Amino acid sequence: MRRATLWHYLGVLFIMFWGLAPFYWMVIVALRDKRYTFDTTPWPTHVTLENFRDALATNKGNDFLGAIGNSLLISVATTSLAVMVGVFTAYALARLNFPGKGVVTGIILAASMFPGIALVTPLFQLFGDLGWIGTYRAMIIPNISFALPLTIYTLVSFFRQLPWELEEAARVDGASRGQAFRLVLLPLAAPALFTTAILAFIATWNEFMLARQLSTTATEPVTVAIARFSGPSAFEYPYASIMAAGALVTVPLIIMVLIFQRRIVSGLTAGGVKA
Amino acid sequence: MNIALKRPGRSLAAIAIVSTVVLAGCADSGDTGETTTATATDTTTATEAASDSEEGRGPITFAMGKNDTDKITPIIEKWNAQNPDEQVTLRELAGEADAQRETLVQSLQAGNSDYDVMALDVVWTADFAANQWLAPLTGDLEVDTSDLLQSTVDSATYNGTLYALPQNTNGQLLFRNTELIPEAPTNWAELEASCAGLETDCLTLQLKQYEGLTVNTVGFMEGWGGSVLSDAGDVTVDSDQAKEGLQALVDAYENGTISSASTSATEEETNLAFVGGDTAYAINWPYMFTNAEGETSEVAGKFEVQPLVGKDGVGVSTLGGYNNGININSENKRTALDFIKFIINEENQTSFAEASFPPVLASIYEDDALVEQFPYLPALKESLENAAPRPVSPFYPAISKAIQDNAYAALTAGKSVDDATADMKAAIEQASR
Amino acid sequence: MNTRAGQARSAAWLIAPALIVLAIVIGYPILRAIFLSFQADKSLDPTTGLFVEGGFAGFDHYLYWLSNRCMSPSGTVSTCPPGVLATDFWPAVRITLFFTVVTVALETILGMFMALVMNREFRGRGLVRAAVLIPWAIPTAVTAKLWQFIFADRGIVNSLFDTNISWTTDPWAARSAVIIADVWKTAPFMALLILAGLQMIPKDVYEAARVDGASRWQQFRLITMPLVKPALMVAVLFRTLDALRMYDLPVIMISASSNSPTATISQLVVEDMRQNNFNSASALSTLIFLLIFAVAFIMIRFLGADVSGQRGVKGRKVPGMRKRRQVKMEEEELVS
Repeated sequence: MRRATLWHYLGVLFIMFWGLAPFYWMVIVALRDKRYTFDTTPWPTHVTLENFRDALATNKGNDFLGAIGNSLLISVATTSLAVMVGVFTAYALARLNFPGKGVVTGIILAASMFPGIALVTPLFQLFGDLGWIGTYRAMIIPNISFALPLTIYTLVSFFRQLPWELEEAARVDGASRGQAFRLVLLPLAAPALFTTAILAFIATWNEFMLARQLSTTATEPVTVAIARFSGPSAFEYPYASIMAAGALVTVPLIIMVLIFQRRIVSGLTAGGVKA
Repeated sequence: MNIALKRPGRSLAAIAIVSTVVLAGCADSGDTGETTTATATDTTTATEAASDSEEGRGPITFAMGKNDTDKITPIIEKWNAQNPDEQVTLRELAGEADAQRETLVQSLQAGNSDYDVMALDVVWTADFAANQWLAPLTGDLEVDTSDLLQSTVDSATYNGTLYALPQNTNGQLLFRNTELIPEAPTNWAELEASCAGLETDCLTLQLKQYEGLTVNTVGFMEGWGGSVLSDAGDVTVDSDQAKEGLQALVDAYENGTISSASTSATEEETNLAFVGGDTAYAINWPYMFTNAEGETSEVAGKFEVQPLVGKDGVGVSTLGGYNNGININSENKRTALDFIKFIINEENQTSFAEASFPPVLASIYEDDALVEQFPYLPALKESLENAAPRPVSPFYPAISKAIQDNAYAALTAGKSVDDATADMKAAIEQASR
Repeated sequence: MNTRAGQARSAAWLIAPALIVLAIVIGYPILRAIFLSFQADKSLDPTTGLFVEGGFAGFDHYLYWLSNRCMSPSGTVSTCPPGVLATDFWPAVRITLFFTVVTVALETILGMFMALVMNREFRGRGLVRAAVLIPWAIPTAVTAKLWQFIFADRGIVNSLFDTNISWTTDPWAARSAVIIADVWKTAPFMALLILAGLQMIPKDVYEAARVDGASRWQQFRLITMPLVKPALMVAVLFRTLDALRMYDLPVIMISASSNSPTATISQLVVEDMRQNNFNSASALSTLIFLLIFAVAFIMIRFLGADVSGQRGVKGRKVPGMRKRRQVKMEEEELVS
């Protein structure tokens, strides 16, 4: 048993190092004076908050905090809608019998097969004709469609793993199909739900290519705002302020994950299902 | 335990309902921000039309990449103060050239008039002109370009017609570390000779596989008397002079005159190498002058600049910079024309020079006060007088790729110069249909 | 409600929203791309010097990409010379497939390891989960620039390990750099999905096996692997689809040139659009779509990823149940 614990703690250390080492370097560069950006000393030197101030500055037409607000709005809307739509679809695919199920599943998977960059021009023209450029829905709707395939497939595989007997028992007790779904199946699938929610949120947060064309400066998310950071000349890349911006952007995401990560734990650990 | 697990469902539903409301309704708050559509400009022009005697006047938008907008903002403010009815609004595009181009092309392809005046990278002018996205500067829109540097006007001319007005330019300079190399070389052979016995790298320039490689390859070819396209549009990249130029580049890389780090260097790495004192010569744009004089520079006060060197003397630098083009769909072309002419007046071009933004007005380079402030100006002027634009062709991206790929293979994969130039010619011809 | 017709009706209502969104956002562009792929791109009218619309092109674009078929100026058909985009197609396909296989394999192994570690209860578990998500949370553009910075000629890697490798230009060094950066970024994605799968396995099964004397490896092989397989298969499948469409990381880290040692096929689409060949780029997008479709088909068919949801409906066997029964039988075997 002790050996297992040693491996376990080595594993924990490995994970912490994995996630934090490059991030540590990013923060070091963000805290380092711009003129010494290319210095490779592994510990903090020439420490200054100037880069963070540059990233947040609004005098050059950047509105970084506004962009974070936009990202939050788009990501929250996308995630909740995608999870909702995904849950309904997954239930139908996992629990209902109907013709053409294989085709529908195939179509949903096929939506993940088209190269993302090829979507930019047609969607720009389509949304341009509809007058949606610069609106939030122009970014929310495509992001929902990016999140749907993974959400649906994950939930389908989870629903299928949960035995039919539980819902049967609820139905026998007088619950309708919908109630059985909502009160029995859904809570048990909580780990899957929250995992796909977190992944969809982060994927939407990081979406760049479509957002760049479909947003205007008022509605641009954080990824587009960062891309518009500029250095002192066209040939100099603003590494320091980009690293600062990256660090700033990661913080809300980590907080959100810390809040929601408890939901990833399954109720099954309490022994809800017996083999 | 069950109650706690039920809550996720409900709170999720609540968020979803709110989101749908956001989707439908409050999303429109984004619209009032900065979207301009043809209709918006229409209504403004309609109300202006009553007070303006001429057609084609009214507020316009000016699109430019973010990196250099701080030089243009004071000019816009001056214009807006003088022309309250024809305000110019700045639209900042992304910093990187490719991203700027994509944004502009998407908009132009859809026939939008979102951007009335666009600051175009010099290599896009022919492309945009051939796609009929630019209003030719002829007839009502004619401009006198005699005061501008000729090479910049050439870069904005396609098929004999002027399609854009140069705004600012850029030319490369040869930087020399005077501690390592006290005397200035007058031609390429002297440069090579001066590096004998040097411990540091000799010459660093941008030979990574990107646009910089095309710039420098063309620079070498032209510096040896060759060219990529003739004036008539024929492909001359396999002429003897062009081949000689490419051979000189390849030989220099092989014998160590050009540092091996150059094939992974962009302007940024060249800057680091020279400012850190690791290379005796560097070819780079004038912005490096400021960095080399900076506090953290190892070569402050110990370097000089001169135009590039070629086979028999001064070499040929490739042109950078921006040309201002007018959107063919623009409703207010007269205002746009007056604005781009305003940018090239003496006062504004001087303000460019003061901001280290090389102007296109030739007379600025003679100004003594400026020369004192910016010692590189005479060298830059000579460089620009001997500069040549990159091939002016609507197929420039394909041409650049043809040159890049084959030059890189010649440098690093041992491809012979004959084969490389033959393939360049075939690829360029293939693309130019 | 239990009738087939009733179920079909409910199913239609439940699935409709998803299908509508997908039809608009993805279906329309795909159909448009297929339509445009048969049209010729604009060509230059030599007299006016202006672009004119091309006409119908048939399979020209497809032949251009797949067999490097170019038209020389004299009008004869020949192979495209180096420097033309089509010559980069097959190398890019090879590189993309290479990246996919290597990154997915590494990410699966690492993801599984990390998920197993995070599956146990211990203090600070929440922090570990948050830390593991940091790589996935940073926007790709920033990650790519960060790793480019780390792998720069004068960057921290060369400095710490005292090497002078040209990470961004040497072909194999560049590929390794991209793989490292991609695995760093995406292993958490796999870890999280696998963790969710692991959470579904009831703990008492492990308890029973432990009591019966099963070793940790036996527990892993006979309990964990079979029961986590559905979640694992979904994760691997989607990760593969994403890896085949990789674009941002190699472009920002190494080079946007389609001739670079790390050029992926998505890069070629962008380059073609940059050359204003929108219809040829549509043909290429369609080819990429077909390629990814083929890969997914092979994966589902041969790797046994049962993702079509054919099982799990009333009346059909539930794989989890069967495995649990099988595990119980094996437990009994151990005892006896």
